[in-house]
Amino acid sequence: MEIEEVYSSRELDKVEGRAINEFIAGHQQIIPDPDQWLDEELERNILLTSVDAVLNWARRTSMWPVVCFPACCAFEFITTEASRFDLSRFGMEIVRASPRHADLMITAGTLTWKMAPQVKRIYDQMAEPKWVIAMGACAVSGGIFRSSYSVVPGYNRIIPVDVYVPGCPPRPEALIHGIRMLHQKISRKSLISGGE
Amino acid sequence: MTLALSGKDIAKQIEEQFPGCVAESAADSLLVKAESLSEIAAYLKNTPGLDFDYLTAVSGVDYIDFFEVVYHLTSIEHNHSLVLKARCYNRDNPVLPSVVGLWRTADFQEREIYDLLGISFEGHPNLKRIALWEGFEGHPLRKDFL
Repeated sequence: MEIEEVYSSRELDKVEGRAINEFIAGHQQIIPDPDQWLDEELERNILLTSVDAVLNWARRTSMWPVVCFPACCAFEFITTEASRFDLSRFGMEIVRASPRHADLMITAGTLTWKMAPQVKRIYDQMAEPKWVIAMGACAVSGGIFRSSYSVVPGYNRIIPVDVYVPGCPPRPEALIHGIRMLHQKISRKSLISGGE
Repeated sequence: MTLALSGKDIAKQIEEQFPGCVAESAADSLLVKAESLSEIAAYLKNTPGLDFDYLTAVSGVDYIDFFEVVYHLTSIEHNHSLVLKARCYNRDNPVLPSVVGLWRTADFQEREIYDLLGISFEGHPNLKRIALWEGFEGHPLRKDFL
């Protein structure tokens, strides 16, 4: 009596044994690989993601700036480009002379009303999608020249600005911070809704 | 170093040639009457011993009562220099004779003064705005420009 209480009943063992035998009988065929239709090359290189994620990743990791450096902030941009701060870490070491190759405008400098139509034209020539970083006090608001008769009080009077980087001039670290903020902004972009 | 000639010495020399044309002379500059500016400038350029063959700069100044145009002349041959000045008192329509015929340097600089101070240079071959755009209202370097 005591022994039967400690061990499981023989009936239970028989039920388990039948289930195992049935399982063995039902699994004698090899289950085919559902990805067998892929050839070997593709199998090793495939990655599943959403369209938004991959598009935004591609866009933000290789932004090409267009030449738009009307004043002294350009030197901070040049420093950012050069080896010490090394903008190529973000895939943007190439500064395009043609706006048709570029998708980012870093407006490094004071803009006069006489020059403004040309900047607007360059912006219009850039292919979509495109972004603008207003670099420095002059680009943000006109800076110390704001009340001047000849200076545009902020690039946002003529083109839409995505990120504002204050400073006179901003240090390369500040510009890189602005670029990182733009990266975040691009990551939130959706192909369907268009916005965030 | 370039020797800065005294305006007083040059004034004496000019007074002999053109009596009554010097308005004021000092150690550092020579102020001449606007109507005789062309003749005196040509004299300074072409007279042997003076030979001011190079115009370093032209600047305009607004003193509210009058406009003054300052010519910095240099002689490369003799390595000396002189500051020549002329004034115009008409604020509504200030006019001075152009010196582009003597020194081509004056071309852009007179255009800049025309642009920013509104002084017309009579005889300038291409007197139009140089920094600001056509249609800009007023002359921004005037003291009463707002």
